[in-house]
Amino acid sequence: MLLLRCPYCGVDCDETELSPGGEAHLKRFGPGSEDADFEGYLFQRENPKGVHFERWRHANGCGKWFHAARCTVTLEVFGTYSAQLTEPPQDIKDAITAKRPGWHWREFA
Amino acid sequence: MKRYSAFAIAREALRDHMGWTRAWESPEPRAQYDVIIIGAGGHGLATAYHLGKEHGITNVAVIEKGWLGGGNTGRNTTIIRSNYLQDPSAAIYEKARSLYETLSQDLNYNVMFSPRGVIMLAQTEHEVRGYKRTAHANALQGVATEYIGPQKVKELCPIICLDGPRYPVLGGLWQARGGTARHDAVAWGYARACSDMGMHILQKCEVTGVKTQNGKVTGVTTSRGDIGCNKMGIVVAGNSGHLAEMAGFRLPVESVALQALVSEPIKPCMDVVVMANTVHGYMSQSDKGEMVIGGGADGYNNYTQRGSFHHIEETVRALIETFPMISRLKMLRQWGGIVDMTGDRSPIISKTPLEGCFINCGWGTGGFKAIPGSGFAMAELMATGRSPLAAEFGMERFREGRFIDESVAAGVAH
Ligand SMILES: Cc1cc2nc3c(=O)[nH]c(=O)nc-3n(C[C@H](O)[C@H](O)[C@H](O)COP(=O)(O)OP(=O)(O)OC[C@H]3O[C@@H](n4cnc5c(N)ncnc54)[C@H](O)[C@@H]3O)c2cc1C
Ligand SMILES: [Zn+2]
Repeated sequence: MLLLRCPYCGVDCDETELSPGGEAHLKRFGPGSEDADFEGYLFQRENPKGVHFERWRHANGCGKWFHAARCTVTLEVFGTYSAQLTEPPQDIKDAITAKRPGWHWREFA
Repeated sequence: MKRYSAFAIAREALRDHMGWTRAWESPEPRAQYDVIIIGAGGHGLATAYHLGKEHGITNVAVIEKGWLGGGNTGRNTTIIRSNYLQDPSAAIYEKARSLYETLSQDLNYNVMFSPRGVIMLAQTEHEVRGYKRTAHANALQGVATEYIGPQKVKELCPIICLDGPRYPVLGGLWQARGGTARHDAVAWGYARACSDMGMHILQKCEVTGVKTQNGKVTGVTTSRGDIGCNKMGIVVAGNSGHLAEMAGFRLPVESVALQALVSEPIKPCMDVVVMANTVHGYMSQSDKGEMVIGGGADGYNNYTQRGSFHHIEETVRALIETFPMISRLKMLRQWGGIVDMTGDRSPIISKTPLEGCFINCGWGTGGFKAIPGSGFAMAELMATGRSPLAAEFGMERFREGRFIDESVAAGVAH
């Protein structure tokens, strides 16, 4: 079972306490944007075999959304951070680099 | 290839079974093939088979990182049905189902197709209306299905409890010629037929990169060396995103774990397949007597081929309400497969931005039933550049807003 620490209330949550919310840091495109941008926002997804960034919600707890950095191959968790951030904070990036040197995900590395 | 027959069994019985030959060859890779198919699951092997059978293309390699049929093809719960809602889906799933009817004869390999019938239970008013609508759609599409009442459900499956505490059985969508087949045998049968046409099945050969020149595919790098090709088909289910990244394009696909489990074997008690989509569970009985059970998929990306335990608990908890007799059964084995989910729950059979490279993926939780039809369409697309059956399943449909919404038909994993 996946265990994630909620960055708001500090609780170590079991997966059953959480709702997965899909890919993190999506840039939203609305009416009037290019077809390709709109398609990218709505449908195209990162599906990496390795380092991944996601949104989760502490649904059966404080109810807040947050971000998690995870490995999809080992299920290792590199860290969780606030939903208010538009990119992973440096300490999370460093934690990933320590274990997965040379990683990259979308524009982040 | 030596043909399998009752006579062959009798002959071999008389000579201590020393005359059987290998079902398929394990050759060394050539430097160059006309066509490379990546992934020796059912869909990849069926594609190769139809390239040879209908289009005379036999200089083909099917490249597999593990062993053939070791992906989702060997991990699924083998439900075959074609009662989808939208016309393009009905066409390809029904093509597949009808090919299953004679697949054992066509391949000279017993795939144990068992058209025992599939019931999809309606357990809410919403589902009643949904399945009546599907039955009407199927009638127009020429797919034989029928909406049945609770008494008929009970007749077909006596171990069902109709008035369960939370979700009483209100009726069901019945497809009499749906059923199951032996999943490994489907992969093995196609592999044997492909090998017999001179195709190469290269196992333990992982594709690690895609080679291109001027926007056109020229080959792949693998754990067994570089292999060149004129055309390439990516047919790797849960690994589609990974391969697409190597080929330089993005997909509207995410990979998640889907699990199944089987009970200890018991005497025959159920001779149809029952799916209960509202409670996310389905069950059938294998020839060995095990109850084969499947449930929902995990909600987050995963490549580990194992899923979360609470999904098993949820599935079994729900099924016990509908099938009280299974409450004392011991569960023997549980496993997971990585399924490739698209936004509209329909597959992708498509050209790609890379010239010469085609992709067949997105079958998600329900592609075993589609293997023969998908192979037929994918081979046609690769050989001729166009396939009527595949036409609506191009990956550009997401940009153009032409979704083939099967989130109801495929609401539960199957
Ligand atoms: C638990 C479970 C239950 C299911 N139940 C049903 C059901 O009842 N009915 C139904 O219709 N469908 C069901 N499905 C779905 C069905 O199993 C799949 O849709 C179908 O088997 C996909 O076949 P495939 O050939 O596309 O993929 P796979 O069989 O997964 O084959 C893909 C192959 O590609 C190989 N590969 C991956 N990466 C590489 C690489 N880099 N190089 C070389 N090879 C590579 C893999 O090793 C694998 O063998 C179920 C799935 C699961 C997991
Ligand atoms: Zn919290």
